[in-house]
Amino acid sequence: MSDAERVERLLRMALAPVDPPERLTDRLERGLSELTEAAAEELAEWELAAMSDPRNWVRPAAAVVVGGMAAGGLVLVRARQHQRRRQTGGLRALEKSVRDVAGDFEKRLRR
Amino acid sequence: MENVADKQRLDRDFTELYRAHLRDVYSYSYYRIGNHHDAEDLTEQTFLQAYRHFDRAQRESNGRPLRPWLIRIAHNLAANLYRDRSRRPVTQLDDAAVLSAPQGTEQMVEEREEVKEVLAGVSKLPGDRREALIMRFALGMDNREIARALGRSEGATKVLLHRAVKQLEESLEADE
Repeated sequence: MSDAERVERLLRMALAPVDPPERLTDRLERGLSELTEAAAEELAEWELAAMSDPRNWVRPAAAVVVGGMAAGGLVLVRARQHQRRRQTGGLRALEKSVRDVAGDFEKRLRR
Repeated sequence: MENVADKQRLDRDFTELYRAHLRDVYSYSYYRIGNHHDAEDLTEQTFLQAYRHFDRAQRESNGRPLRPWLIRIAHNLAANLYRDRSRRPVTQLDDAAVLSAPQGTEQMVEEREEVKEVLAGVSKLPGDRREALIMRFALGMDNREIARALGRSEGATKVLLHRAVKQLEESLEADE
């Protein structure tokens, strides 16, 4: 095995795919389904209204609603992130991230 | 998007994209940022942003896979995160110092040490080389996909990956 092949084999081991935690899947799926349901309701209402008012036929209501909802979601996520950032100082955050990676790496090696 | 049927089709397609690539986006985020909390937020932001622009992305993709587009969103959001924090992701992947004492056969111990050295080496690479390696080895992306995600040509991406592996190889040799 050449040196490059050896390094690539080690890279495959070191950078193995990581499964997202269940709490993230729950959170994401909840958020996305709320988003799509809300957008669908708005779109259906707009379609009904538009049928009786030709002036609204070309109004891109759905895009505005979907975009606005998603942007709202982003704002919430960023606010949460900002709050967490305030709670953990730079050095503590760095130590924690290193511990997280190490813990995960340890689990993968044990499998 | 023109009507409810279009919206339903779009949502179905997006759900498919989400299911197919959640692990990719999370893996990328985790190795890019180095901790689960921020990786979760980055993954969430990526999919929310993707949903917002999915209609247009799908129209403009001409049938090409959307994974590079998703990873590019994560890449841009991660860059914003570090810009906000006014620091770059320095030793995030370097876990060598904190791993507990290894257990197992001599070969496993040796391999484990090598993997730790590789992680440390990856964390010291320039950002674009590190990202290309994450995309190739954690996500299994080919040159064409990586090129699209990084906004480079396929040729330039091939050179980038080659140089990244070479630099890592040299840094490992220097440490021996």
